Amino acid sequence: MASTVGVIFSSINEENVPELTKVRSIGSIPYGGRYRLVDFALSNMVNSGITTVGMITKNNYQSLMDHLGSGKDWDLARKQGGLILLPPYSDDSEILYKNRLEALKGATAFLRKATEDFVVLADSDAVYKLDYSKVIAAHIENNADITLVYHEHEVKKSHYYMTFDTANDGRIISIDINPVAGGMQKNYINVMVARTSFLVRLIQDAIQHGYTSFGKDILSPGVKNLKIYGYKFDGYYKAISSLNEYFDANMDLLDKNVRQEIFGDRDVYTKVNDSSPAKFTESAKVKNSLISDGCLIEGTVENCILYRGVKVGKGSVVKNCIIMTDNIVGENCKLSFVVSDKNSVIRDGRVLAGCEVQPYFINKGSLI
Amino acid sequence: MLRKKECVAMLLAGGQGSRLFALTSNIAKPAVSFGAKYRIIDFPLSNCINSGIDTVGVLTQYQPLVLNEYVGNGQPWDLDRTFGGVHILSPYEAKKDTSWYKGTANAIYQNIRFMKMYDPEYVLILSGDHIYKMDYDKMLAAHKAANADCTIACMKVPMKEASRFGILNTNPDGTIYEFEEKPKQPKSDLASMGIYIFTASKLFKYLELDEADPNSEKDFGKNVLPAMLNAGEKMYSYRFEGYWKDVGTISSLWEANMDLLGVVPNFELADRERVIHSRSPLAPPAFVEGEVVNSIVATGGEIEGKVVNSVVGTNCIIEKGAEVIDSVLMGNIVVKAGAKVNYAIVDEEVVIGEKAQIGADREEALKLDSKTAGIAVLGRGVTVSKGGKVAAGDIVDKNV
Repeated sequence: MASTVGVIFSSINEENVPELTKVRSIGSIPYGGRYRLVDFALSNMVNSGITTVGMITKNNYQSLMDHLGSGKDWDLARKQGGLILLPPYSDDSEILYKNRLEALKGATAFLRKATEDFVVLADSDAVYKLDYSKVIAAHIENNADITLVYHEHEVKKSHYYMTFDTANDGRIISIDINPVAGGMQKNYINVMVARTSFLVRLIQDAIQHGYTSFGKDILSPGVKNLKIYGYKFDGYYKAISSLNEYFDANMDLLDKNVRQEIFGDRDVYTKVNDSSPAKFTESAKVKNSLISDGCLIEGTVENCILYRGVKVGKGSVVKNCIIMTDNIVGENCKLSFVVSDKNSVIRDGRVLAGCEVQPYFINKGSLI
Repeated sequence: MLRKKECVAMLLAGGQGSRLFALTSNIAKPAVSFGAKYRIIDFPLSNCINSGIDTVGVLTQYQPLVLNEYVGNGQPWDLDRTFGGVHILSPYEAKKDTSWYKGTANAIYQNIRFMKMYDPEYVLILSGDHIYKMDYDKMLAAHKAANADCTIACMKVPMKEASRFGILNTNPDGTIYEFEEKPKQPKSDLASMGIYIFTASKLFKYLELDEADPNSEKDFGKNVLPAMLNAGEKMYSYRFEGYWKDVGTISSLWEANMDLLGVVPNFELADRERVIHSRSPLAPPAFVEGEVVNSIVATGGEIEGKVVNSVVGTNCIIEKGAEVIDSVLMGNIVVKAGAKVNYAIVDEEVVIGEKAQIGADREEALKLDSKTAGIAVLGRGVTVSKGGKVAAGDIVDKNV
């Protein structure tokens, strides 16, 4: 495959899920029992043969750094390349970047140093499995300046989506930013491919012109004079742009087909943790749930995702819940449609309920 | 600057483990799976790092392939070091003399140069076939405090089982006055756990003497320890209280696995003070749809059948209508619809076909006269065809 460098935005679109990003970057939102969202973009890169990845961070990236470490769990602890954290770079303004373009500006030094011909940019707010090398192959075949990956699905609400129309050959003929909701759309999934040198020039140019938006100022007007192509991704794709979507994306894993697509075939790498195997006692009743290492189940669990080290006490009934790492659910509790962030304790006998469209959220480290 | 390590551990991992039959046909005993996600060697290696010992030689000989790959650079145990860390020590060809390890003492003797690279004050000798959590640092402190030449870890065993072990006869101050290897009439119930700390200079001296003795069997228990005692070296016992199990037989391996079950198990793996590290697999959490009761299940499983009183390893698929009872499934096993696995140990990569019957009710199986206490054993990679049968107590290493 063509030599490629990766750039991941670990901290973009955080305002969509304030509950979960209050204490962390969007990339380090826990997902699926043992993963963080960033694992998907990062594993996609590794599985596409990319061995140099720049990770653009913003604020609150302590939890992200703790997760990524040296990058060894992704085989990215390397002498050459590997995982390189790109903390916010501020010159004289002392203000952290506000948008994608400013974030990229901070990464230009990294991109200039890169010897790889191509660059893949990806966000870290979505769950999907995509071989980026196929996108690059299409990019080369189309002799494109920029290739944007899209996924066709119905747009329910405007989540800073960018949609576009393509000609028969895949070339993008118009770009619509923040489109009005409705109907099947070709939604940009914030995965972009370009020649590294071309991207650096583009950023340079944008800075000189005082542009502020990558989409509005570069891509949208660019359809006329640049060769911008679309690449259709038709696998499973779920971006996390609200707590509801977070809930749904987790619950999707209870579907065998989704599990097989996301976890089968190629590994999703993540930080390895030496928890003991999950334990089910005499009184455990578990149905249709994902149970992680370190769990101790003494109660009833149905349609749930239990993260590492969760304890469910005797007589408790937990249904349709997402219970994150090291939560302790006491005895005789009733929980339904609850999303409980890490390290919370739910005392004996508590009854907590949300509903399908509005899960009840418990902050990290709460005592209820 | 000269660098040194105060204590170097040497882990004897070369034994075949012939009493585990099909489970060790192709792999060394320390590489046998245990407790759903571990291998036996995780326990001594984790004990080392949890005790502050970061230099470990692993002596391999029999079928070392899986073990070598598993230990790798030692990263899962934080034993990947620029100085020290874990090293696989296989028998090697030398200019004068090429030989396999002839006994436990000879294996260590052949690696004296490895130990001397670290200029240690003390050497800790370990076995690779025991399940336990132990702070070797406390034992080392006792060794130093007593100014001992050799300290042997021991624990009380039931008197009627004492003749299976090396027995220490001790004075009230803990010094050893006699060492008996598997005595017919044991005088004490203090069994050696096969864990020794030597003052390094003494160890090297007695290993060289033992090597020169043509009548020696080159064994620690039979030769080196008695020789030191006879020469009047200071030998101390160190009492260990806690869980310790030799998993050298099918029935003891099964029991040790069962000791992990329950809210308050005999042996606790969920211990955040002394974590047992392992090369944890990357699989997603286990999907559980069926009935799972009094069992432990590792990641990657798809459990749609019934699992009772069992240990289920990584990436096991138990289809709808299948039953696993009183059994140990090691990893990457498929139990197809309608199959029954009862009182069995099933090694990795086994496929059990639809409606196959493995083993029998534990109560019934125990009445049988068999080498495995009635436990059915399926070796690595075996496929049991649809409707196939493996009787209680049978050991199978070919497709059925």
